[in-house]
Amino acid sequence: MKISYTLNGRARTDEVDPARPLTEYLRAQGCLSVKRGCETSNCGLCTVLVDGRPVLSCTTLTARINGKSVLTLEGLEDRAAEIGGYLAAQGAEQCGFCSPGLIMNIIAMTDELTDPTEDEIREYLAGNLCRCTGYVSQLRAIRQYLADRKEAEQA
Amino acid sequence: MFTTQQYVVASSLDEAYALNQKPRATVLGGCGWLKMGRRAIGTAIDLSALGLDRIEEFDDRFELGAMVTLRQIETSEALAAAFGPCLRESVRHIVGVQFRNCATIGGSIWGRFGFSDPLTCLTALGASVRLHHAGLVPLSEFIRMDYDRDLLVAVVLPKAGQRAVYLTHRATQTDFPVLAAAVCRRADGTYCAAVGARPQRAALVEDTEGLLAGGVTDASARAFADFAADRLTFSSNLRGSAEFRRHLCRVLVRRAAIQLEEGQA
Amino acid sequence: MKHRYVGRAVPKSDARALTTGKPVYTDDIAPAGCLIVKVLRSPHAHALIEDINTDIAKKVPGIACVLTWKDVPQHRFTMAGQTFPEPSPYDRLILDRRVRFVGDAVAIVAGETEEAVDRALRLVKVKYEVLEPVLDPHTAKDNPILVHPESDWVANCPVGADNKRNLCASGQDGHGDIEAVLATCDVVLERTYHTKANQQAMMETFRTFTQLDAYGRLNVISSTQVPFHVRRILSIALGIPKSKIRVVKPRLGGGFGAKQTVVTEIYPAIVTMKTGRPAKIIYTRYESQIASSPRHEMEVTVRIGAMRDGTIRGIDLYTLSNTGAFGEHGPTTVGLSGHKPIPLYSANQEAYRFRYDVVYTNVMSAGAYRGYGATQGTFAVESIVGELADVLGIDPVELRLKNLTREGQIMPAYYGETANACALDRCVTRVREMIGWDEKVKPRVMPDGKIRAVGMAMAMQGSGISNVDVGSVIIRLSDDGTYNMLIGCTDMGTGCDTILAQMAADCLDCRMEQIAVYASDTDVAPYDSGSYASATTYVTGMACVRACTELREKIVRAGAKHLLLTPDEVEFDGARVYALSDETRAVTLADIAYGAQCGCTEALSATVSHSSPVSPPPFMAGACEIEVDPETGHVELLDYVAAVDCGTPINPALARVQTEGGLVQGIGMALYEDVVYSDKGVDLSNSFMQYKIPSRLDIGKIRVVFESSYEKTGPFGAKSIGEIVINTPSPAIADAVARATGVRVRTLPITAEKIVMGMQEKA
Repeated sequence: MKISYTLNGRARTDEVDPARPLTEYLRAQGCLSVKRGCETSNCGLCTVLVDGRPVLSCTTLTARINGKSVLTLEGLEDRAAEIGGYLAAQGAEQCGFCSPGLIMNIIAMTDELTDPTEDEIREYLAGNLCRCTGYVSQLRAIRQYLADRKEAEQA
Repeated sequence: MFTTQQYVVASSLDEAYALNQKPRATVLGGCGWLKMGRRAIGTAIDLSALGLDRIEEFDDRFELGAMVTLRQIETSEALAAAFGPCLRESVRHIVGVQFRNCATIGGSIWGRFGFSDPLTCLTALGASVRLHHAGLVPLSEFIRMDYDRDLLVAVVLPKAGQRAVYLTHRATQTDFPVLAAAVCRRADGTYCAAVGARPQRAALVEDTEGLLAGGVTDASARAFADFAADRLTFSSNLRGSAEFRRHLCRVLVRRAAIQLEEGQA
Repeated sequence: MKHRYVGRAVPKSDARALTTGKPVYTDDIAPAGCLIVKVLRSPHAHALIEDINTDIAKKVPGIACVLTWKDVPQHRFTMAGQTFPEPSPYDRLILDRRVRFVGDAVAIVAGETEEAVDRALRLVKVKYEVLEPVLDPHTAKDNPILVHPESDWVANCPVGADNKRNLCASGQDGHGDIEAVLATCDVVLERTYHTKANQQAMMETFRTFTQLDAYGRLNVISSTQVPFHVRRILSIALGIPKSKIRVVKPRLGGGFGAKQTVVTEIYPAIVTMKTGRPAKIIYTRYESQIASSPRHEMEVTVRIGAMRDGTIRGIDLYTLSNTGAFGEHGPTTVGLSGHKPIPLYSANQEAYRFRYDVVYTNVMSAGAYRGYGATQGTFAVESIVGELADVLGIDPVELRLKNLTREGQIMPAYYGETANACALDRCVTRVREMIGWDEKVKPRVMPDGKIRAVGMAMAMQGSGISNVDVGSVIIRLSDDGTYNMLIGCTDMGTGCDTILAQMAADCLDCRMEQIAVYASDTDVAPYDSGSYASATTYVTGMACVRACTELREKIVRAGAKHLLLTPDEVEFDGARVYALSDETRAVTLADIAYGAQCGCTEALSATVSHSSPVSPPPFMAGACEIEVDPETGHVELLDYVAAVDCGTPINPALARVQTEGGLVQGIGMALYEDVVYSDKGVDLSNSFMQYKIPSRLDIGKIRVVFESSYEKTGPFGAKSIGEIVINTPSPAIADAVARATGVRVRTLPITAEKIVMGMQEKA
């Protein structure tokens, strides 16, 4: 099936296997930040943005990005590095395997929610599993990131 | 993962319905469940291009298109205004935001999964499904039907002044429920309860004895919860025993009825 | 003494690459064109392969090879990543005629594409003689059905193993006359506690790719904690010399002990050896759940004897450990179930006895998981101390303070080692304050009927395996005055590459950026046992300190020579060597380095291997506050506090995250995680949908503090931290639940159903 879509800002047309999971398709396009951690939609490692919304690329069929805009961490390196800096300051990236999916969803959350509470942060990111950190260092990092961002906006 | 021989983005409901009459055809929802199987699908029918991704409000009802995501339901202000927090409560525990941006209400309801949260809540609220061939079918009936080759177009939710409280017990916050219960009070003052994850599909229990007719008190709520627990079947799986589920049914139905009375709906 | 880097929360050196999604993990760097390798798995818990036909499977287009038991070397080995000779029995073949659990390997299929391999897998025709399995560990010992009846089964170490009795190990040790001591105690309690198999569930599943290099050597790139052990195990399994094998570890997506077993490496390795082609295996989460290396299920029976005043005089402990189908880590994990918790109470201990059996059964083989047996034993001992406190009517904190091991005391049950650095008492006092123990020890019923209560537990672990673990460091001066440090330990996200650079920078008085760390490649790095047993910071860290010290001496000598002085007439400040008599008379480090490239006979490098005769335990205390819904049994964790004595925390941020992460894994073990089998031996916990690890909504507040002691044998006073942190949640939460509901849950996990049913039974 032929699809046209935008990948990290660049328009593309490709002949694809429509029912192939987007995770594998994107990795084959060189977007190796996209990781797979399970087969049951539970881990959140494969999170990418489709038309700005965070989705599980493992659950999204390649056909369904037709006409849409797809963003992976490769297209968001500056924002990833900024958020990554906050995570690293806490040691909260640890093995890093879940970091791309988490950072994608932090970006989505930042774009969708204004001034989220701690409970809202937890709920928004609940679909991003992490086995190394126990999550609390991530929460510290995210709160600091959001606080600094707010301060910068107000300044 | 499933395989497909043919992938068709349907251009009309009639086309989708016709394609679905083929022996190995399957209508695609959000694919969250389908992808875990290894089905060899002949024709995969994608409804993405039919404009079914909208929550539409009418004077007497809401219509949730089959491709509306669970996340849309979660964040819909119109639904919250009409029914309170129960619908949001029925989806917000499901895995995570990214999953709920994928999963569709059509797929969730068509699957009639035993563990389904929205199926339980919507059944209590008196929703129907609009099937392309069979037309409007109440959920309470639909959940007893076998899978056929019809096409789920929308979930129709009447605006009839009904209010519900939805409660679950889960091991972890994003797990399937061990038991799900919704209690609904209709405008005419009658009550019903839907109980899901027994672990069988949600089932509806009407307050046929009028146990709550004289008002919800601790005693009447308890009586209704026991009535529901005694009428339903429960069984055991990884998440809990039949006995524990029956116990939870008594607790959750009672609490839901009381919370309904307290106006937490 | 203040250091520039040690004791500071330095970000990990690989943070930028990891957080921007750079391709640094095994699958990211595998070459295109790798054969895809998959394993056909047994549907039966116990069977003999009567016949296996691969003719049709081999004809599938794109299939490169289909291997069965007939195609592999017939000498047994163990997949346990342990120092040679491994205590784990040699009980495996790459593929065996006898399959021993649902999921055991039956055939290896390799092909050009996943589709072709999947098709071929379906076309391998296997005829099984289905045998009755041994599924209950209680009936495994001396069961007429043997998991390993084969005559070539061999145990290389005297671990009390006997394959004709389904015994992977057995034994006992002790100190004093336990029966005599218990006979004269006022109170003797006996209880049995049961911990279940748990999955490490690191986010990156098991994975390996292999290829031949220009010299025809087998290159193995693998997500492993133990590159040197992988090299040896492959050499034994494949029957090729170690010189023909090179193992490289890229970035790891977590390990927690799972990757201390050679779970996947052998499959692509044999495919590459047979075909000459690059080959890759990526385990699915399903495979990682059903055919991997989870925690040993253990049933621990404890007898504890005390006087009315709370003096704990003796502990008698028996562990029945279930190693599953193979013996990986079976003989060693069980030891920790006694040797780690019993010595927590050395103060008044007159006697202890520790007995154990490790049995084979027809479920997936267990392996190494953070805590390594100590976790299981700690649940038992800390739970029974809680129960003892109830029986004696003594506050459990007071009971612990009366009996816990204090600095300077000898721990008979810990190989007679002395607690030279021990802040356990301070840890207990600290968490008591933090959780508000004294105000909250009486459970409180909230207005909504929920009950709040607190619970506490202590733990210890080791720092490496004494006299066994080896850590090595090569450090050398580069020509511009920077350093290259080569290490064989394996950073699996823990940050040891960074931590060791922190130490080296402080030892060499330089900036961390001047130290390039490379790990871990068996061709290049010096031998290291690997990163497990809480060894890296303590053992490899000391090797780092010693190597840097040695290199410093060489730099001083070279600098002195340059200045035409003797070494004791100069000083090295990290940037230059200068004359003590005249600081302006100096030579820069870069000049020394460049000088060493010209007519030099002494390499400016140092190689040090370190091993420790002791394994100083880190200590900790954890306390929690929970809220139980007595009607549904739901337990909400409100607050978990931990005070850890890991000696000097080299990097407090990373030590804190280790602690928080370990606590949450422990919380998962306590409340949610359970590997469940059907009555046919099918693993039902086969995905993240059915095996629920905690999400960020399932934990409450977590607060960590450090109560540091100073361990003289460790680098900068450090002990370990990696494992101990998982040990306290299960007993602390069980204790709080007992206090809130009167129900003492002795079989993990502590589910709502167990609480509710327990309360109904009591009512």
